[in-house]
Amino acid sequence: MSPDPAEASETAEGPEKGRRLSPARVLDVDPLLDDPKTRIVVCCGAGGVGKTTTAAALGLRAAERGRKVVVLTIDPAKRLAQSMGIDSLDNVPRRVKGTEGDGELHAMMLDMKRTFDEVVEAHADPERAAAILANPFYQSLSAGFAGTQEYMAMEKLGQLRARDEWDLIVVDTPPSRSALDFLDAPKRLGSFLDGRLIRLLTAPAKLGGRAGMAFLNVGMSMMTGTLGKLLGGQLLKDVQTFVAAMDTTFGGFRTRADATYKLLQAPGTAFLVVAAPERDALREAAYFVERLAAEDMPLMGLVLNRVHGSGAGRLSAERALAAAENLEEPRIVDQGNGKAGLRNSPDTYGSSQSPASETAAIASEEGSPADTERSVDRLTAGLLRLHADRMQLLSREQRTRDRFTARHPEVAVVEVPALPGDVHDLAGLRDIGERLATGRPDPT
Amino acid sequence: MSRLQVVSGKGGTGKTTVAAALALALATEGKRTLLVEVEGRQGIAQLFETEALPYEERKIAVAPGGGEVFALAIDPELALLDYLQMFYKLGGAGRALKKLGAIDFATTIAPGLRDVLLTGKACEAVRRKDRSGRFVYDYVVMDAPPTGRITRFLNVNDEVAGLAKIGPIHNQAQAVMRVLKSPETSVHLVTLLEEMPVQETADGIAELRAARLPVGRVIVNMVRPEVLDAADLELVRTVERSSVAQALSAAGLGGARRGGNAEKLVDPLLEQAAEYAERYTLEQEQRAVLGELGLPLHELPLLAEGIDLAGLYELATELRKQGLS
Repeated sequence: MSPDPAEASETAEGPEKGRRLSPARVLDVDPLLDDPKTRIVVCCGAGGVGKTTTAAALGLRAAERGRKVVVLTIDPAKRLAQSMGIDSLDNVPRRVKGTEGDGELHAMMLDMKRTFDEVVEAHADPERAAAILANPFYQSLSAGFAGTQEYMAMEKLGQLRARDEWDLIVVDTPPSRSALDFLDAPKRLGSFLDGRLIRLLTAPAKLGGRAGMAFLNVGMSMMTGTLGKLLGGQLLKDVQTFVAAMDTTFGGFRTRADATYKLLQAPGTAFLVVAAPERDALREAAYFVERLAAEDMPLMGLVLNRVHGSGAGRLSAERALAAAENLEEPRIVDQGNGKAGLRNSPDTYGSSQSPASETAAIASEEGSPADTERSVDRLTAGLLRLHADRMQLLSREQRTRDRFTARHPEVAVVEVPALPGDVHDLAGLRDIGERLATGRPDPT
Repeated sequence: MSRLQVVSGKGGTGKTTVAAALALALATEGKRTLLVEVEGRQGIAQLFETEALPYEERKIAVAPGGGEVFALAIDPELALLDYLQMFYKLGGAGRALKKLGAIDFATTIAPGLRDVLLTGKACEAVRRKDRSGRFVYDYVVMDAPPTGRITRFLNVNDEVAGLAKIGPIHNQAQAVMRVLKSPETSVHLVTLLEEMPVQETADGIAELRAARLPVGRVIVNMVRPEVLDAADLELVRTVERSSVAQALSAAGLGGARRGGNAEKLVDPLLEQAAEYAERYTLEQEQRAVLGELGLPLHELPLLAEGIDLAGLYELATELRKQGLS
């Protein structure tokens, strides 16, 4: 129980360790992926934080640990689809080849129009289905209404879950500015389509009989009149026939949205919030965490992507910059090509570096062709400046992360190091999965 | 210089920041600009560190030399109500329509209607004149929807084709198209030096051109400083570890001998340089792709501490320097 003295002395040596506000828990993804009770993992977060890649990497890892997995991606980059060996993902799960172990990985991409069409086809007789599919309002609704993508993502998730073919479904969520859209948009769209107004507009005849509604009828005729002038009578008529047709076959949009929503609250569903160590992304993540808690939805933790590290964490940005200046300083005068002048080092911090410049001066007097030495010095100064940038970035990321941790100490966090390039193949995905599972070792 | 400057870009590239910086740059030296927001996110208010913007034009910043930046967050519902009042003299009935949800309904079932109201408001501001016949705003800058939707958003004629064939909305669409397809308008795209945003920019430009909308410039945002150049990176591959260790030692970072503090830095520093080199190559590739688009290219630096008001002025100065205003 008593602290290890060796450990303590190491902490004293590495100042960055003391500064670090550690999260209460480190997220361990393997037990989550292995647990047969985990049936759905939802990856959410603001756009552009690597959600899709995280979902794919988790899916692959689960599959290689023996589970039968399907990954539902929403809008994967071509590269990512190719990394799973599939040139064009579509609305049908396809087996990914080349995975190791006994499990299976399947991948698909949500086609919202196709999914909507399937819902219609599954619930209406062929004749009526054809009428709905041909309805112009249906066509614009299914092709890109605000919320359709989220609504259909949930729908697809519900379908996959109902088929019970997979041990685990990993879902990526649509790219939206707000992570909350995934939860809210389907309901919003559902309530809109089931809303009072659309009912009033589409079934004015039913209201006629009720005396109390007479005043509404006056309002209605004014309203339909105005809307008709704005939108044209045809659009209103299309909406009318569409809602009527859907009603008889489909049983209401809201009911359907509600049912899928419940799936997200069911045991076996786990949420992972994905973010990058940037202010906006983490603020979004914090909102989402709070919302999940309010909805009794189980949050497994936060995946922090693109975290930077350094193998030379003990060399501070300040010292690195001072050293870079030392290397450049004595030679600015005699450098002919003016390169050094471009490397803006107008300030010298005077006395603090005098012992160092002495050594530098001695070093420069020693043999070796001056040109090579000069270019090595120049390069080394560049390396040190690069390192200073890295350390400054690290500390900014650290501050941003600490702000989140302070607000939500209960959330387990796993950090995934930044990769310089894109993922190209399964090996790349596997590597990310590995990093997700092991977490980043402290940069010391 | 076109009087209506539309700024689009892939999500996450900082198009709102660039639009705001452009509005500031254009206002310099006594000009007056209007910065218009159409997506109801209050991004402009956040950038200028003010409270949420209402649906009215309001001064939010002054530019060097006495210029002024006004801002307007367009609310499509209120814009529609304005229209209805203007053309149908609804009086109190307009409020009733809103209360019943008819306004929300109309803008929801017909996204084209929404867009024509938004673009219409911006075009109106472009053409507005004061009593003496001078333009009220020298420039209008629009923080527009992202690249993936920009062409559909601006091509309102097609969008309202399914709506009423006569009436104010139809006329409005005609008037908007006249402004948007004229040299009075210029559509700029903001990107990063990364594969996906660059690809999306190229696609967006092709779509805009196909729709005969005037494409302006490509603005590369958040460009990282060049710490090591191509020659340095060449040297990184061949340099002797021991000579780097000696240089580090000479700079006062400890011993150059094996196990010395300076020597221990060599590997991690070279590794960071290798990562830098990989990214450098990717960025050069993307620059080359952008170069083939045949449009003026501008680069804005990454501001390490993130965007604040001071950073915004810095970017505005940079845009002026590069001749964007």
